[in-house]
Amino acid sequence: MRKMLSLTALIGGLVAASTAQADITIGFVTSLSGPGASIGIPYGRGIQAAMEYKSEVNGEKIKLIQLDDGSDPSAATRNARKLIEEEKVDLLIGTATTPSTIAMMGVATELKVPMIAVSPLSGQPNPADQWAISVPQPASLLVKVVADRMKRDAMKNIGYIGFSDAWGDLVYSGAKAAEADDGIKVLTNERYARVDTSVTGQILKVLAVRPDAVLIGGSGTQGALPLLALGERGFKGKTYGTVALVNPDFVRVGGKAADGIQVSAGPVIVAEQLPDSHFAKKLALEFRAAFLKANNVPTTDGFSAYSFDGWRIFTSAAERALKTAKPGTVEFRKALRDEILNTRELSGVHAVYNFKPGAYYGVDERALVIVRLFNGAWTYQP
Amino acid sequence: MTADIAAILAIDGIATGAVYALVAIGTVLIFTVTRVIFIPFGDIAAFTALTLAALDAKQLPGTIGLVVVLACMACAMEVVSLALAGEFRAVPKAVLGYLVLPMIVVGIVWLTMRFNPPMPVRIVLALLLIMPISPLLDRIVFRPIADASVLLLLTVSVALHFALVGLGLLFFGPEGVRTEPLTSMAIEIAGVHVSGQTVLILAAALVFSGLLFLFFDFTLVGKALRATALNRTGARLMGIRPARAGTIAYLLGSLMAGVSGILIAPVNTIFYDSGFLLGLKAFVGAIIGGMASYPGAALGAFGVGIIESFASFQSSTLKDVIVFSLLIPVLLWRSLASQHSEEEVEE
Repeated sequence: MRKMLSLTALIGGLVAASTAQADITIGFVTSLSGPGASIGIPYGRGIQAAMEYKSEVNGEKIKLIQLDDGSDPSAATRNARKLIEEEKVDLLIGTATTPSTIAMMGVATELKVPMIAVSPLSGQPNPADQWAISVPQPASLLVKVVADRMKRDAMKNIGYIGFSDAWGDLVYSGAKAAEADDGIKVLTNERYARVDTSVTGQILKVLAVRPDAVLIGGSGTQGALPLLALGERGFKGKTYGTVALVNPDFVRVGGKAADGIQVSAGPVIVAEQLPDSHFAKKLALEFRAAFLKANNVPTTDGFSAYSFDGWRIFTSAAERALKTAKPGTVEFRKALRDEILNTRELSGVHAVYNFKPGAYYGVDERALVIVRLFNGAWTYQP
Repeated sequence: MTADIAAILAIDGIATGAVYALVAIGTVLIFTVTRVIFIPFGDIAAFTALTLAALDAKQLPGTIGLVVVLACMACAMEVVSLALAGEFRAVPKAVLGYLVLPMIVVGIVWLTMRFNPPMPVRIVLALLLIMPISPLLDRIVFRPIADASVLLLLTVSVALHFALVGLGLLFFGPEGVRTEPLTSMAIEIAGVHVSGQTVLILAAALVFSGLLFLFFDFTLVGKALRATALNRTGARLMGIRPARAGTIAYLLGSLMAGVSGILIAPVNTIFYDSGFLLGLKAFVGAIIGGMASYPGAALGAFGVGIIESFASFQSSTLKDVIVFSLLIPVLLWRSLASQHSEEEVEE
């Protein structure tokens, strides 16, 4: 037994030594199982597409190690540790759920490894000890862009209904924050749970304030429930939502009731409809081609594109970091971190990224377009 | 709150309550015959919805895997226990009941699927496939501890629910499903718009409650079940087998849960873990009815549905809190009003 152990250790050491050469090693964590799998799987496919798109920087090969966290924060923590301590990765990318992402960030900060989060992070990082940035558009921005559109559509009184969880809170507070700026009034704050079978009561309450428009703070398939109830009650006003609603099942379940809803989403969702001058147009079509080649299925979601943009941020920072340090060293990790936080006007398929120490986010209002559901397809609304 | 709004909320509550009522009646049925408070009932309803959705999408439902695994386990346990008791002549019959029958059901579903059957047939297939699960679980989990206290049975039942949710994730995946509406008709009752789906749900609840009533009062099997419920030992002396009575109760209960799952599937997105809340609210309804009478459980479940509907209007964030808080006054009133009897000592 002891002999076996020492042998394994020896072989392990040899393997570790051989990977510690000049390859850039990336540790990628996503949720391939558990409740987060429905978005974790697209994240994984997005990374495969990104590898297909660009698999070396300045002639240095990129080595990708992917692990599953089962939508569980403690597994994400273990994965992050394993990747850093055993695989000696230069950078972490992950993961599908916010709690797991925050758990991974704790490990990355402790062990001083840069990390690109593909899920939202909230709060303010300490600029002196910041190792992580976050790719997706923050909820406040998603709602702000929708509120601006409401102003343009001359909507005054807004009814709100959303999930009775953190997401519902985020959308509601985002709408409240936009009140002064956009001259809208959010008159209701109705909530429902993901497993509820009926929102009749809440919708009656929303309709009682005679709103010009209704804002939906739900996500995915269950986001269609209020729209169905509004349709039953013959609501004729406009409806608005966020990118969280955008998935094929939402369109299928919502049917006629969901038609006409306007949501703020990353430009990649409507890539082929963008004008040629739009920063995301050419890149988004290249991303789609790479995605098809890597996964043999067309892309239908916005999540895989976050992975792709994370990869763009990493490769552009790595090009600059390689001038000062060699992969696999402490100096390289630090240089990579500094260069990621030094990203300027880098266009991706979702946004134009500008990072600086002291903030997780690096996107502005260019990262969002308004798309409208029209006859079961999302259409670009400039 | 105007009269219009109250009417709409009431109708909505009655529709939700009807779904709870089906599950609540099944819960009471199983409890009275076997003394098991069957928490996983909501899961059975959710699994039916998921099965139907898989059949609609022309995929092999995960339920097939679940049934096959359970059938093999139950059969092995039955054969081993018979062998230990030295009753080798009963082995073929046990294999027939616990292994061959469920496999025949799986075979029927598997064969029929190739012909793209119409909606009614798919519903029947989903129900057929879900029916064996509870009796098999009963054989695997509850039969070995049939004479234990109610509390122990309840604890095991809760554990079983968590095991089933895990299996649900394994067999059905994390995605939610929603099936096609059974009907798109709608009617106006006194100026209030009522969807055909609501009418169907109500009709199903009434029909099944009626059928149960007839079954218990006018058939020999039903009377045997009632006898078992009243007094296991006495029933056994009269030549009734409590084990078989339990199996029948589980079959009937599964049918109720399955029907409620089919009715709820077009109204809402069902996930592999959606069953728990459904089962819990039905359980609250059954408790209000005293866990002993079917009309009581049905009324209690309708009450829960209606209160939930009005609570969602008054304060949507506290809706579930309001529903579950109901339990406290009801339990207080029940414990003060009823005569305390020591738990009957079995044999």
